[in-house]
Amino acid sequence: MSLVLEGVSRSVEGVPYLDNINLVCERGEFNVLLGLTRAGKTTLMRVMAGLEPLNAGRVLEDGVDVSKVSVRKRSLGMVYQQFINYPAMSVYENIASPLRLERLPKADIDRRVRDEAARLGIDHLLDRLPSELSGGQQQRCAMARALVRDAKLILLDEPLVNLDYKLREGLRSELRALFADRDTVVVYATTEPEEALILGGKTAVLHEGRLLQHGPTAEVYRNPVNTTVTQVFADPPMNLMQARIEDGQFYVDGREGIELPPHLSHLATGHYTLGLRPHHLFASDRGQGSVSLVGEVEVAEVAGSVTYIHLDVNHRDWVVLERGVHTVHPGARFEVHFHRRHLYVFDQQDRLVASPDSELGQ
Amino acid sequence: MSAGASRESSGLRRSLLALYLFFTLLPIYWLLNMSLKTNQEILGTFSLWPEALNLHAYLRILTDPSWYMGYVNSLTYVFMNMTISILVALPAAYAFSRFRFIGDKHLFFWLLTNLMAPPAVFLLPYFQLYYSVGLFDTHIAVALAHCLFNIPLAVWILEGFMSSVPKEVDETAYIDGYSFPAFFVKIFIPMIRSGIGVTLFFLFMFSWVELLLARILTATEAQPIGAIMTRTSTASGVDWATLSAAGILTIVPGLLVVYFVRNHIAKGFALGRT
Repeated sequence: MSLVLEGVSRSVEGVPYLDNINLVCERGEFNVLLGLTRAGKTTLMRVMAGLEPLNAGRVLEDGVDVSKVSVRKRSLGMVYQQFINYPAMSVYENIASPLRLERLPKADIDRRVRDEAARLGIDHLLDRLPSELSGGQQQRCAMARALVRDAKLILLDEPLVNLDYKLREGLRSELRALFADRDTVVVYATTEPEEALILGGKTAVLHEGRLLQHGPTAEVYRNPVNTTVTQVFADPPMNLMQARIEDGQFYVDGREGIELPPHLSHLATGHYTLGLRPHHLFASDRGQGSVSLVGEVEVAEVAGSVTYIHLDVNHRDWVVLERGVHTVHPGARFEVHFHRRHLYVFDQQDRLVASPDSELGQ
Repeated sequence: MSAGASRESSGLRRSLLALYLFFTLLPIYWLLNMSLKTNQEILGTFSLWPEALNLHAYLRILTDPSWYMGYVNSLTYVFMNMTISILVALPAAYAFSRFRFIGDKHLFFWLLTNLMAPPAVFLLPYFQLYYSVGLFDTHIAVALAHCLFNIPLAVWILEGFMSSVPKEVDETAYIDGYSFPAFFVKIFIPMIRSGIGVTLFFLFMFSWVELLLARILTATEAQPIGAIMTRTSTASGVDWATLSAAGILTIVPGLLVVYFVRNHIAKGFALGRT
């Protein structure tokens, strides 16, 4: 089925939660809703489910307006951030409950419950109560209940957030396979850009109730439509700086003109915002074509095999991602180097006009 | 603190506890003691235990309808009241815990204020009202009157338990296709069953010990045991032994209820608010 949102708006007591959202999700698609907390992800999912009334707009399923259809009459499954199960029922009964309400034959229910439990690796726990399971197993049970119906729409609202790191990785790697052969619209909300990239499919970037961009995940990552997307869909976010482009050169604070790289050569004279990803910044000179800027170290975080060095560059917060463990002292002068070919450029209307991976506007 | 000192203080604690228990249990023991004596022994001598076990008082209560009907009457209106209160309070508490409506906080507070007014305040209106509609001296009259304080209490306790159930459970059930009644009975009530148990305990307790309303609103047909106990002072004096036996038998139902809900009591006093 296809799920279409047309001009959906939702506000509660004057506070807007969703502002004119237009979104099309096709069957068989894995859609990631990416946004910071309070971006409106949960509200959007609740609208899709029919749990939240709309102030404006329509929700269409296969071309039929379902905005007013009760959630009980719709075909959907939902998994929440908390592990929501029916504590008085065994895992088996939990998974079977949506099927029982559809009045399917007993043998049919039994087969589907066992199949689904096996796919989620909880088939040995069917006789237990949810409270006797670990967090990961409880979430698997909730997921099995959402999936067992073969619903047209599956909503996953940050389902992995309450799991510890190891369990999260395990379940996440299974997720794509779980949905691979299902003819259903899957919507997965998360705050973590990394999760969107791992899960692939399509990504919709939400910010303050507005939909900024929707498209294939890699495409959205490579060509963020504006600087807000670069902040939401990248962790650490993209480093930005103001620049002026004139006569085939660009000017940044504290630097004389630098020759434009080929992918920026078409840009007209004017003011722009330049962006660089943290892993495209280096602590050492990168040779031919590399440019350097000077900043001041604010703090350095060592995270396993990489070090995040936070800098103040021309009064903007920048993050440099360096391989290995580095010791730098706050307050120290720090020279960062980058290749011009890695530059993203946004115009004064905050629209992407050039990115390293494509020749926009040409 | 040295080991010796800590042992000393635990010894002190134990003896204080023993002293406390002695004083609280003494009257109950004395009641039991008296119920097993004859009236002559009660009045004539001072003895720590009965000279001979005398079950006459118990036999009298359990065989004389004018006595044991008191228990039947009391239990009847108490269980009627528990049923009405819980059936009314469950949906009310659900509404308070799940929905925001105009004046919800005020209404909730107003319900609680009903617990603060002494029953005597409502005595006259109840009496007059029930007499005029023919409810006087019926079990349902007392059961309804006790709803005055029991329904607010039940709503208050249940609301706490219900609010500790995430509303996502409700939504998941609707998504699965449960109708509201099916969800409420099959999923929601099992989730708050310890709350319901604790609520029933409190309903029983308050209705069982309330005497003022129960006594005034009944005459002969629905007279509670508490009222019958006052009859033991007759022209020939007070029937101490029977009165004591009736007292012991009045404690028994309470003990039984406490025994059955003992595992939930601690949770109940937290009222589900964790």
